[in-house]
Amino acid sequence: MSAAVEITGLVKRFGAVTAVDGLDLKMPRASLLALLGPNGAGKTTTVEICEGFLRPDAGTVRVLGLDPARDGSALRPRIGVMPQGGGAYPGVRAEEMLRLVAACAASPLDPAWLLDTLGLASAKRTPYKRLSGGQQQRLSLACALVGRPELVFLDEPTAGMDPQARRLVWDLLTALRGDGVSVLLTTHLMEEAETLADEVVIVDDGNVIAQGSPSALTAEHAEDAQLRFKARPGLNTDLLTAALPEGYLVRESSPGGYRVAGLVSPQVVSTVTAWCAQQGVLAEELHVGKRDLEEVFLELTGRELRT
Amino acid sequence: MTATGARFEPGTFTPAPGAGRYGRMLLTHARVETSLTLRHGEQILLTLLIPLALLVGLSLLDFLPTGEIGSLERVDWVTPRILALAVMSSAFTGQAIALGFDRRYGVLKRLSATALPRWLLVAGRLVAALVVVALQAVVIGVVAALLGWSPSGAGLGFAVVLLVLGTLAFGALGVLLGGALRAEAVLALANIVWFVLLLAGGILMAPSSLPGALGDVVALLPSGALAEGLREALVEGTFAWGPVATLAVWAVAAGALATRTTKLT
Repeated sequence: MSAAVEITGLVKRFGAVTAVDGLDLKMPRASLLALLGPNGAGKTTTVEICEGFLRPDAGTVRVLGLDPARDGSALRPRIGVMPQGGGAYPGVRAEEMLRLVAACAASPLDPAWLLDTLGLASAKRTPYKRLSGGQQQRLSLACALVGRPELVFLDEPTAGMDPQARRLVWDLLTALRGDGVSVLLTTHLMEEAETLADEVVIVDDGNVIAQGSPSALTAEHAEDAQLRFKARPGLNTDLLTAALPEGYLVRESSPGGYRVAGLVSPQVVSTVTAWCAQQGVLAEELHVGKRDLEEVFLELTGRELRT
Repeated sequence: MTATGARFEPGTFTPAPGAGRYGRMLLTHARVETSLTLRHGEQILLTLLIPLALLVGLSLLDFLPTGEIGSLERVDWVTPRILALAVMSSAFTGQAIALGFDRRYGVLKRLSATALPRWLLVAGRLVAALVVVALQAVVIGVVAALLGWSPSGAGLGFAVVLLVLGTLAFGALGVLLGGALRAEAVLALANIVWFVLLLAGGILMAPSSLPGALGDVVALLPSGALAEGLREALVEGTFAWGPVATLAVWAVAAGALATRTTKLT
């Protein structure tokens, strides 16, 4: 069976800007792949090419074995799409919209059940433009799923959702994958990728810069296990660095958040806590462990705000 | 995270892909489009209330902008022109504005990501436009009849052909405008064009009452052609090939151009 998505050497330019620059990606069936990357990295462009909305300038794209630019009419009945920022008539009622999308499918899920499941039953007669951002997102997700697709593309599915809704969606995505649906999602939430994804692909400047399972990505530099703790902001990190053996570096990575880089040994932990005690500082959330996905991401894509 | 099994039975989402039946897609799409138009207050004002107000006002009051009415009852002269206005209002102005905002809200992209084929996306809108025009024609016809309208019986069939053709021509022009520009620009332009064509495009004033060559030009506009064609059908009971050909050319030209220029978002 062909892969859910297989992309080789994909290039897409908009005028002078190269949005996607030779990207390769392979996603097996019945797996969940999370595409991460800073704004402008080329995630949405890549997804829209897979959906057949944009034509590639170079490279090959196969979705369920089909070319989305050429075989769009054969591909669309098999996939579910949740575009970024939803999509519905401004005046359409939530239920009306979902039933319209359901009518396009051969054996859709029950729209009433889906609305109820996604907490939209009480809003089913509300016009789309009066739904909250989170409700619009959930309706858009319902539209992506109602046709019982083999493969779904979800562009930032939980953006604008409250934590309860986000957890519901996570459960839903886990169930989809369990039932054999392939899921490709883009996200800015590292927790989302870390919790759900079989495979995480980090893109930047239109190319893949890292990929692997969440545990493989975070374990890649396991010897760099770190010691992190929280305390009041503004501690003199130079003094603590001086108290530690040669080769260790202490940084205040966020206000009140401290990070000791270097091989963590029992001796190092003891030195840090002793130093804190000496300073009359209570070190909270003292944590030794591998980096989380967010740190990997920031390390790979830089800490500067993109403009 | 809660266990998956707690919320969803395994197998709930087992894929069963495939396209729905065309008939059902078309029906559902056309029904949604129609009810959106009929629920929209501004659309009702534009497509029904303004034409009805003009119909009643021009039939009862003596300020017709033409002296060539002769022995005709005023309502017999006014009704064909109001029908032309109704078509222009819903198929062109209403359609263009709705499409402009639909694009902004991403519904075209949403629908074209489903199994709905492109031709059906157009066909659904078209069927809805024809249903709306049919409803307008019935309401206007009933009100006109109450005002004493007595159309040529032989011309009613011709009038239906012209109404369908007028809906196609104005609908294609509406899609051309609504599919190309930003929603606000569409809103402004669609209303300006409506107003200009109402006053100077052969709807309120017969092309023949306009000075010199202007009348000939106006008769070639879709508004002038539709109003004159309906007048000949409903007043004289004759089928006018000139207006039919004019409307057909507008429909084909605007339709062909719109398929190239219409953007999904």
